[in-house]
Amino acid sequence: MTLTTARTRRAARATPPARWRGRKLQGWLYAAPTAVIVGVLFVAPLVLVVWMSLNRWPLLGQATFNAPANYLKIADNPLFVDAVLFTLKYTAITTVLLSAVALGLALLVQERRPGIAFFRTAFFLPGAVGFAAAGLLFYGMLNNDFGPIDPMLRALGVTSEPVKWIGTPNMALFSTIALVLWRFAGFNMLILLTGLQAIPTEVYEAARSDGANRLQIFTKITLPLLRPTLALMLILSVTGSLLAFDQFFVFTNGGPDNSTVSMVMVVYRDAFFRFDLGGAAALSVVLLVALVGLNTLMMRRLR
Amino acid sequence: MSRYLTLSALAVLFLFPLVWSGWASLEEPSNYLEMARFGEGVGTYATNSVLVSAMTVAGTLAVSALGGYGFARFDFPGKNLLFLVTLAILMVPYATILIPLYVLLGYLGLQNSLVGLSLVFVMFQLPFALFMMRNAFEALPRELEEAALVDGCGTFRAFSKILLRAVRPALVTVGLFAFLASWNDFFAPLILLNDGSSFTLPVAVVSMTQHTFGAIDYGMLQAGVMVMAIPCLILFIVLQRHYVRGFMSGALRG
Repeated sequence: MTLTTARTRRAARATPPARWRGRKLQGWLYAAPTAVIVGVLFVAPLVLVVWMSLNRWPLLGQATFNAPANYLKIADNPLFVDAVLFTLKYTAITTVLLSAVALGLALLVQERRPGIAFFRTAFFLPGAVGFAAAGLLFYGMLNNDFGPIDPMLRALGVTSEPVKWIGTPNMALFSTIALVLWRFAGFNMLILLTGLQAIPTEVYEAARSDGANRLQIFTKITLPLLRPTLALMLILSVTGSLLAFDQFFVFTNGGPDNSTVSMVMVVYRDAFFRFDLGGAAALSVVLLVALVGLNTLMMRRLR
Repeated sequence: MSRYLTLSALAVLFLFPLVWSGWASLEEPSNYLEMARFGEGVGTYATNSVLVSAMTVAGTLAVSALGGYGFARFDFPGKNLLFLVTLAILMVPYATILIPLYVLLGYLGLQNSLVGLSLVFVMFQLPFALFMMRNAFEALPRELEEAALVDGCGTFRAFSKILLRAVRPALVTVGLFAFLASWNDFFAPLILLNDGSSFTLPVAVVSMTQHTFGAIDYGMLQAGVMVMAIPCLILFIVLQRHYVRGFMSGALRG
């Protein structure tokens, strides 16, 4: 089957029909818009960010070559050093919790039963809402006077004081993670569902007839066969968390006392509050190299 | 049965914030009137958002359908390289190339421009969209195209009159992903737009909480959340099948 198609294809290439003349050129024409967009808006900025990082590049005015000053001053940027530590901590907690919740949800809704479609939709719906909108929603919902959560907790007798949802560093981190779980659990559940549904039902049936219990089936069959999908989810979650911006900009605004400033937030502040595009570009290059390296490593290791 | 109890409790947990936000925004109908008058007027921001989403969806569909057809049916020098570089967009963190894009769009006269922002969104959508469209065209039987070519059509006529209709489901998936991404994105418009009258909804509504010296109007804020969220919720519920196909395609794996 494969052989014949390969042979016919080779035959077609050997004697191109008259109407196929110029197919190389035509192929190029169809791909040209892609090439222009990718070249101008992806390859060029990649080159430009490296060039910018080698220059003193103010928001307004002339750029002057100053390499490697932008890189040397990264270590002296206490905000960035703190941001790296905070972002790593946030990434670790978020990834663990998000994976656990998403896996739990996926296992609960994996089998086709009556009404299960409703629950899948319900868990995913927050993912259709934009992240900025979700951040503003939580900003209102967790407000002591306006939101419904404080009155509920008081009615239940859990607390009598207003809860400092984003008032202390730890609570701000906790509340942000709650927001992220709400917004992204369904998205990750959907990724895991694609993996779960790729496991043939016969494998489960065989295990059950061999007398395996539920826990054994989960640890010996589901988890190993789900590994590539889990790896994909892990990579997306780690990368997304390391680049966190919206949630901290919209929801905690980096506070209290800069305790929730993420790495990308420092890049943004350097560029648009300190008008130092060269410094921001150097930070971008460092992040870019670190993340591409990490992605490659994770793909090799986990798959 | 206990499974359904757990599921129901979880569903309440996931749906509660959306229901609360809708209720809080409606508690005082004046919330929507206040919001309509905020800044340049919510009409301006909504129009900007609609324009950006429309241009992004149209641009992504056009570029990825042409490219997908080219990649599926033609051989040309540099084909593999271009495909790899396009997929590499997924590997490079989005946030790290926005600063140079801001400078670059300035060179092109597209700073603070909705067209510039839309082009950037098209670029970010391309790896997923091109992958989806190439696979969709590859899955079509060659006879479909051959018949048209024998009838004397050029490849472009075969593409536009026959093949495009056959890949419609993939086009819907690509369009839906492009809409949700461009309508909801906050970081790119925050960096690439700097004039209040060109803000899209997310940037405008977030600005209701920032630089306000007086009290924040929380009811108005939730009205803003609803204006942003409702189109996405409706589209997602109606087109859910097409959204899930995007996940199944493996395109997310790059």
